[in-house]
Amino acid sequence: MGEAIVVTSGKGGVGKTTTSANIGTVLALQGKKVCLVDTDIGLRNLDVVMGLENRIIYDLVDVAHNRCKLNQALVKDKRFASLSLLPAAQTTDKMSVKPAEMKKIVDALKADFDYIIIDCPAGIERGFQNAVAGADHAIVVTTPEISSVRDADRVIGILEKEKQITPPRLVINRIRQHMIRNGGMLEINEIMDILAIELLGIVQDDDDVISSSNKGEPIAMTPSSKASQAYRNIGRRILGESVPLMVLDDHPGFFHKVKNLLGMR
Amino acid sequence: MSTSISSTSPLVTMKGRKNGFILVLDENCAYPVLLAELKEKLSVNHQLYQEGPPISVKVEAGNRYLSPEHRDELIAVIRSYKSLEVEQIESNVMTRDEFENQEKKEQLISVAQIVRSGQELMIEGNVLLIGDVNPGGTIRATGNVYILGTLRGLACAGFGDNDSKAVVAASIMKPTQLRIGSHVSKLDAVGEQRQQEEGSDSHTIEVAYFDQEQKKIVIGKIQNVMKHRDLSTDFKRNS
Repeated sequence: MGEAIVVTSGKGGVGKTTTSANIGTVLALQGKKVCLVDTDIGLRNLDVVMGLENRIIYDLVDVAHNRCKLNQALVKDKRFASLSLLPAAQTTDKMSVKPAEMKKIVDALKADFDYIIIDCPAGIERGFQNAVAGADHAIVVTTPEISSVRDADRVIGILEKEKQITPPRLVINRIRQHMIRNGGMLEINEIMDILAIELLGIVQDDDDVISSSNKGEPIAMTPSSKASQAYRNIGRRILGESVPLMVLDDHPGFFHKVKNLLGMR
Repeated sequence: MSTSISSTSPLVTMKGRKNGFILVLDENCAYPVLLAELKEKLSVNHQLYQEGPPISVKVEAGNRYLSPEHRDELIAVIRSYKSLEVEQIESNVMTRDEFENQEKKEQLISVAQIVRSGQELMIEGNVLLIGDVNPGGTIRATGNVYILGTLRGLACAGFGDNDSKAVVAASIMKPTQLRIGSHVSKLDAVGEQRQQEEGSDSHTIEVAYFDQEQKKIVIGKIQNVMKHRDLSTDFKRNS
């Protein structure tokens, strides 16, 4: 019996889809059977980020309305046999699926997969309710910005009321070390003070994330990048390993180095 | 008939005191009889009560229950004399409802949770929150708000009752907005206000209260606030 994990944030554009894609990839790399579920009906992206768009035949709405079997809608990833995607429909909207139907689909997937990663749409309306309906665990994604932390807080409040979901865990995404240093971004400690939930991982802002998304290859497949390392750590923590937090990469300038040498920090 | 009873023992007794008098009402007679005698007693000195210096009147009803209508009626009778001012109407008896309402007002309810963005905690009486109020979260109480944690959102004390004596206390006070009774204070004003107190950064509980002289909400360290203002009555209500 697998576990269903919903990836959510409240605010849009903080990296839910990227996080879902990479966590799914990392877990598949660890040899787990993983199914990614895109619940952003009408604005689907997960298939594009995974590079699986051209293989979609049926989608989530077709399954919910019994127009096809669940297995027929699953898109197998060409790179890993253990990774599948249940894509969202692009033609209809979020009201076309009910939370109860969604729960039924996720429950069915749990029989065949170790992990079901549910990519949640932005907002806290029907799309969110659909995504949360079948989940056992939740990952909240935020960035070091006030508005994003505020929305994460709101979502955590709602998730805590869902009795079937274990306490949500946090991923802080798009950290820019130089901005934190000069006070332009919230510090990780400040975010943790407010949200007060378990920290699952921190991911540095990395240009490669965008370029690899555009290529349809999750960054987790490029082991050299810092963001990839961060997602691998997150994956290992989900599997129950205890991995220390990554030391954030700092590129000190020339003057900084000289100051360091002279011991004037 | 009323005169015959009053001749044996008076239904309304007037006791003098420093700035006025106390009206002691009989506990057992019928209310209309009592009212008639009160009118009669007051009319004896009507000249003094109409034109003399202000006189403060306290009414002691003993073990008689006075309904709100009765109270209004008594006040109206006494006020019909210009110099008389009703200071207080005291009765040992209250209805079950009144008692329960009072009980609710004075109760201290403790809640252990984080009040997150979009959540609202509303308590009748005083509230002790063990946890934080995050930005976008709201905590309201008809009485006082005590927070063992950080207040970053909105706190409202004396809600509904317009009780400007209520206070908001927090281990760490960083509110977006404070409300006490009908008074509202925004963060910038609060920040300014606090700088006048010495070193607000130390780890001490801070209390926000409505300052009657400055006519605004002021934040102070609990030790300093207790110097300026008798908070003990507020806190005693809960014991």
